Formats: sequence, structure tokens, C-alpha cells
Amino acid sequence: MSHYAMDSPRMTAVDEKKILLSASGISVAYQQRNVLHQVDLQVESGEVVTVIGPNGAGKTTLVRVALGLLKPTSGTVHLESGLRVGYLPQRFAAEQTLPIDVARFLGLTGVRDERRLQRTLEEVGAGRIYRSSLQALSGGELQRVLLARALLRDPELLVLDEPAQGVDLHGQIEFFSLLERLRTERGCSVLMVSHDLHLVMAATDRVICLNNHVCCKGTPEAVTRNPAFIELFGEEAAATLALYAHDRRHRH
Amino acid sequence: MFEDFFVRALVGGVLIAIVAAPFGVFVVWRRLAYFGDTLAHSALLGVALGYLLHINLTLGVILVCLLVACLLHFFQRQKTLAGDTVLGILSHSSLSLGLVVLAFFETVRIDLMGYLFGDILAIGMTDLFWIAGGGVMSLAMLASIWRPLLLISLNEDLARVEGVRVDAVKLTFVCLLAVLVAVMMKVVGLVLVTSLFIIPAATARKFARTPEAMAALAALVGVVAVVAGLAGSYRWDTPAGPSIVLAAAVMFVAAFLLPERGSG
Repeated sequence: MSHYAMDSPRMTAVDEKKILLSASGISVAYQQRNVLHQVDLQVESGEVVTVIGPNGAGKTTLVRVALGLLKPTSGTVHLESGLRVGYLPQRFAAEQTLPIDVARFLGLTGVRDERRLQRTLEEVGAGRIYRSSLQALSGGELQRVLLARALLRDPELLVLDEPAQGVDLHGQIEFFSLLERLRTERGCSVLMVSHDLHLVMAATDRVICLNNHVCCKGTPEAVTRNPAFIELFGEEAAATLALYAHDRRHRH
Repeated sequence: MFEDFFVRALVGGVLIAIVAAPFGVFVVWRRLAYFGDTLAHSALLGVALGYLLHINLTLGVILVCLLVACLLHFFQRQKTLAGDTVLGILSHSSLSLGLVVLAFFETVRIDLMGYLFGDILAIGMTDLFWIAGGGVMSLAMLASIWRPLLLISLNEDLARVEGVRVDAVKLTFVCLLAVLVAVMMKVVGLVLVTSLFIIPAATARKFARTPEAMAALAALVGVVAVVAGLAGSYRWDTPAGPSIVLAAAVMFVAAFLLPERGSG
């Protein structure tokens, strides 16, 4: 299972860390209900931060606040100015009545160079759907196209909201190993949201466990041993993951 | 063999069909058919305003449509009521208000049918200038926001993260739509204006592979509908506006029955 875990140059690759994204004291309330309560979030250059939590924990809301798509009820968000962000939304349903192929969709980033568009699509392993209609893509293909689109912006920070949703297990594993490879090659930071810990665990530097407030945070190893985490996800799941995290550390 | 008024109607109608097409595809993609209807229904208030202030009626209609477009734009950002509910309320109350206000002008005889269903055969040279001027300006503005508007139509969040000024682009689009509705009212009337946006665009969808091809094809459908509608109207003495809309509808049905070209 750990073939997509990677040896860890990520700690040494970046000498000088700078804070790309910093959100502090974020609260969001919808009609008296606190979706987020006093949440802090920081992403430094070169690191992968994963936000995990059950359904309704406010994960997507947090990402939307971080990206400036949603104004928090209170709290501040600071994105480094001029930061290039690549974003994969949780849901993307191409309007059925809008005829457009993948090439043109990629071109909407403003990148005109056809060869660069094609190359980027090949980089995410989807070169052959370059001329396909956007509406004809499967979930996995669409995900890759969106990733290619994010990469065309040459991002310093990739933000992925439940990137593996609606893709089968094999596809998920492939996607995360692809993500891991891209991250090493390009050296961008990643902020990722997931409710499935198994897959993202190996490729994560820091985990933030969210359930409307921050339950606990730290390295994957530390989080899986945290009582708050065990309470949220259940003894068994936590034990499996702890074992998994342990296994990852001992890989050579 | 044709009289002048018929030539003017033909030129005006064809111009409008061409200008309306690229807007029509966005109306279809962004699901703004009801929005366009609401704009059109408020146009009668503009007519009343024109009489009241003794200004050019088209100008009055443009002003009111612009106002309503801005109101709707900001209204729709509140999410307390469903969009179509808000539009339904505004659409019919503004139409009623227009009718009631017009009824107060006892001294003015208004051709109400002309405003409701269009009076394309009465298009004068001034109208042609309005159509041509407004049309060229609208098309130029639309061209300048084409790419961001396409992206917004596909995914608004993505557009925002990529630095598109989403609200400004959307507001620009609905204002252009308002100007166009005001100008188009002359041709098919406020009841039928939306059909000139959506029927050609919907007819073109099946045969287009790119957004621009769909707009171009919609323009072609619109032009054929205008020519066929006017010819039918001339030949059988049917009302011109509805004849144009019917011609477009016939083409839509024909396209629907035709087998699809290629895949996707």
C-alpha cells in the first residue's frame, strides 16, 4: 500500500520557509449555527497540509474562506500578495449546453501556447483527451483536467477540495501518487481537504483535524495518537491509521 | 417590389438577430431566460417614463431596464428567496405597474399591442440607428468580457480564484442585456423578446463544438427566422413578431428531430 508514499526530501528541500497563507480566528455562522469556530490555519512554502474531518465539519467552508470566496463572520485571512493559487473545486459540473473541449477549457487560463497546454495535460496523464468534449469526461478524467488547469497557472499553492471524490479506489491511489510526484517536481505547497485519511496520510506533512473547531493538529503520526482524533474517528480507524503511519516511517 | 417599410423591417430584424445571438448563448448557458423576461416586462414602465418625462421612448426603456438589471443583480446575491421566485415577483409586478401607469395617461393613445408583441413593420430610420449603434456597442463590450464570462459560466469559484472580477463582469453583462432588450422590444415586443435570445441558441447547441460556433450558428438561425417570419407575414398577412418567433420554433423542432452530427 505504501508504494505511493515517498521518501521525504520535503523537509530539506526548502531552506527558507515563508508563510503563504495564514488564517486566524476564523468563525463562520449560518443562521445561528457555527460552522467554523475560531479556526487557525497556516500553510508554509513547500508543505502539504491536509484538513480532515467528518461530513459537515466545515472543511469546504474553511477552504472557501481561505481562498477569499467566502467572507468569514469574524477572523482574518492573509494570502501572500501576488500568490499564484491553483484550485480544484469540490464539485465541477460542466454546463451541458455549453459546447467546449478540453483544449479550449485549458486555454481559458489565458495560456495560448497549444504545445504547453498539451504538455501539461500529458503531465497529469490525460494527453489523449485533449480534444474531448468537457461534458463527455469521466470523474477521474475531469479531475485530471482540473489539475492540469491549476498547474497551467504555475501555482505556488495548490488547493484541493476532496480531490478524490467520485473516483474509485484505484483512481484515487493513482491520483495521489500523481499529486505527490507533481509536488516534488514543482515544489509547490498543497492545502488539501479530505475525509478519507488512508490515502492522504502518507503524502501529508501536517494534519488539521476539524470538527467545526480544530480538534487537534500536528504530524500524521501525532494526530492519530491524539485522544480527540480517536474520539472523532473511532478507536478502530485510529488504530489502523496509527499502524499505517508507523509503517510509513519505517519505509526505506 | 418591396416597400421601404418592409426593407427597413428586414434590415432591422436581421441586425437584431445577429446581435442577439452571442447574448442568447450566454442566456442559455447561464440560465437567464427568466431574467431576460423580467427585464423585458419592466420595459413597459420605461415607455411610461418616456411619456412622463417627454424623453425618447427607447431611452426611457433603456434607463428602466438598466435600473432593473442592477436591482436584480444585487437582489440575486441575497439567497433568502429562490432566484425564480424573486424574478417571478418582479417580472409580473413591473409589467402590471407599467400597464397601470400607462392607463393614467388619458390623453395619450398608446399602441399597447405594439409594445407587447412588437411592431417591426413600423421601424423607422431612427430605430435603425438605435439598433445599429446599440448593437455594435453591445457586441464590442461583450467581446471584451467574452473569456472571463465563459469561465464564469463554467465555474464561478474557479474564475474568482484566478483573479477574474466576477461581479464586475456579471454586472456588465446584465447591463448590456438590458440595453439589448430595450432595443429588441421594437421587433418582437416585450412578451416575445426572450424567445429571440433562447430559441436560436437552443437550436444551435446540438451542432456546435465550440462556444463561438454556437453563437455564429445561433445568429444564422436568427437571421433565417427573421427573413422567413417576415416573408410569411407579408404573404399571409400574419403578425410579424409572432411569425418570426414561430419560424425560429419550427427550426428548433427540425433541429431536434435531426440526427446528431459526430459525437458530443
